[in-house]
Amino acid sequence: MPSDLKEGRIVVVGASLAGLRAAEALREEGFTGELTVVGDEPHAPYDRPPLSKQVLLGQATAYTTELPLRRDPDAEWRFGVRATGVDLLAKQVLLEDGESLPYDRLLIATGTRARPWPDPDEAALDGVFTLRTREDGAGLAERLAAGPERVLVIGGGFTGSEIASACREMGLQVTVAERGPAPLVGALGATLSKLAAVMQRNHGVDLRTGVTVTALTGNGAFTGAELSDGSRVHADVCVVALGALRNVEWLADSGLAAGPRGIACDAGCRAFTMYGIVTDDIFVAGDVSRFPHPLFGYQMLSLEHWGNAVEQAEVAAHNMVSPGALQRPHLSIPTFWSTQFGLNIKSVGVPTYSDHIVIAQGSLEARRLAMVYGYQGRVTAAVTVDMAKSLDYYRHLIETAAPFPPPPGAADRAIAADITIPSAVPDPSGLSHGPTVALTGHLPDRRLTVV
Amino acid sequence: MRTVVDLTRCQGYAQCVFHAPEVFALHGEEGLLYATAVPDDQVARVREAAAACPVQAILLGEEVTSRAL
Ligand SMILES: Cc1cc2nc3c(=O)[nH]c(=O)nc-3n(C[C@H](O)[C@H](O)[C@H](O)COP(=O)(O)OP(=O)(O)OC[C@H]3O[C@@H](n4cnc5c(N)ncnc54)[C@H](O)[C@@H]3O)c2cc1C
Ligand code: SF4
Repeated sequence: MPSDLKEGRIVVVGASLAGLRAAEALREEGFTGELTVVGDEPHAPYDRPPLSKQVLLGQATAYTTELPLRRDPDAEWRFGVRATGVDLLAKQVLLEDGESLPYDRLLIATGTRARPWPDPDEAALDGVFTLRTREDGAGLAERLAAGPERVLVIGGGFTGSEIASACREMGLQVTVAERGPAPLVGALGATLSKLAAVMQRNHGVDLRTGVTVTALTGNGAFTGAELSDGSRVHADVCVVALGALRNVEWLADSGLAAGPRGIACDAGCRAFTMYGIVTDDIFVAGDVSRFPHPLFGYQMLSLEHWGNAVEQAEVAAHNMVSPGALQRPHLSIPTFWSTQFGLNIKSVGVPTYSDHIVIAQGSLEARRLAMVYGYQGRVTAAVTVDMAKSLDYYRHLIETAAPFPPPPGAADRAIAADITIPSAVPDPSGLSHGPTVALTGHLPDRRLTVV
Repeated sequence: MRTVVDLTRCQGYAQCVFHAPEVFALHGEEGLLYATAVPDDQVARVREAAAACPVQAILLGEEVTSRAL
């Protein structure tokens, strides 16, 4: 039986980070059968994080961020073709061009897309952008290089903040509008979000918090926006950075547990059906997945993290070619980075799964610190600002469910290291940005329908 | 050739900046930015950088070139 799993036909839907790394890992795991990778973008797999960083700053172009191969996955690539459905019974992926691809095992890695501006006419104004694809990145970089009068960024999450940072670095005027009390608050909680707000203002960002953008205006071309406090922002470029939507619509009739928060799967990356029954031939990896994690109360996690896409793809690939007893769980601790305003922010664990925090090393004033997050007396996350070398230590505390506040460990322990304060993570529904690590409850989103 | 740095792993040791300053640069104290397309005359340097990186975060390789339709 094990040898059979190394043969046959595997289809991967989604030709980006998770899809590519899974395809490579399948070959590393000894899969010798037929491998087809389907992606709706007309490009070879490329890397997205540079799109809000190097590409905007002109240090790389949007059309040269293809991902380097770790090895040749010897796959048939179907770029520019959308999958429109899956037939679980016939074991076929349906493509938009009418073809169907039979599979023995299927990997779903369709990721997310940018949440669009809700009014399609306003979104279509020239100068209004979202940032997810290389076309988005190329278009925005070109506009920024042309030197606009002012850029309006809607949403103060990681992507919005990085865009604002790039604008300031290029000497451009930028306004950030965020519905919540501060940037990054949904991901990092109240204390670090105050540092994020100070950093933005010190770098000359016109930061407007507690406001929503009510309308984008312009006659053909974007000229400005109206805000809920009655004020108006005049700008000629607008970037809508309102978070991400999971690419699950194509699975609506599939019978899989696919909903707005992603596709539910088990710790072995095996997809659930809408009845909560685990499948053994359909796997999920990357931003589109939701999976349970024992360190975080077996809550279903939805991550928008580069590192998770890579690691989950590797686990999925291993499990796709391994018999049950040899399958592995995807238990790695979520890790994320962001560079903005000259700071390197890294996070490990789930900061939103917390009730209290301490500053364990450094200080807010120094703009260099390690903040530890705890939930019910144990360490669940840490965020470092320009202290990346400490991250492994905190990862270890999370993995071992160490008591919170953490015991003295670092030589440069902060004076505040025993002073716990509430983590004050707000309800995401009151923000313009998502948390990038979301706890999504135990159950699939889809209600049972009686057939 | 293309390069990608696993910035989840990178700890800002900056060895890569030392080996291939035209490709890797620190942004602030420890944020790393890099050119994703590696020019031919930099390939050897990036290889050295990848070998020197203490956390093996640098990957250099060819991109996918479509073999099928
Ligand atoms: C601007 C930007 C900056 C980022 N910065 C960071 C960062 O600093 N740190 C970090 O950790 N993460 C960052 N990320 C997140 C990171 O890029 C993602 O976590 C990663 O791309 C997830 O990979 P994925 O393969 O799961 O999904 P995706 O990259 O979303 O790929 C999914 C692919 O599937 C395709 N697809 C969708 N539906 C279909 C269908 N029906 N048929 C065929 N193909 C389909 C999509 O078009 C896409 O090509 C950033 C993302 C963006 C956009
Ligand atoms: S050598 Fe490695 S760890 Fe150091 S900055 Fe470069 S990539 Fe990061």
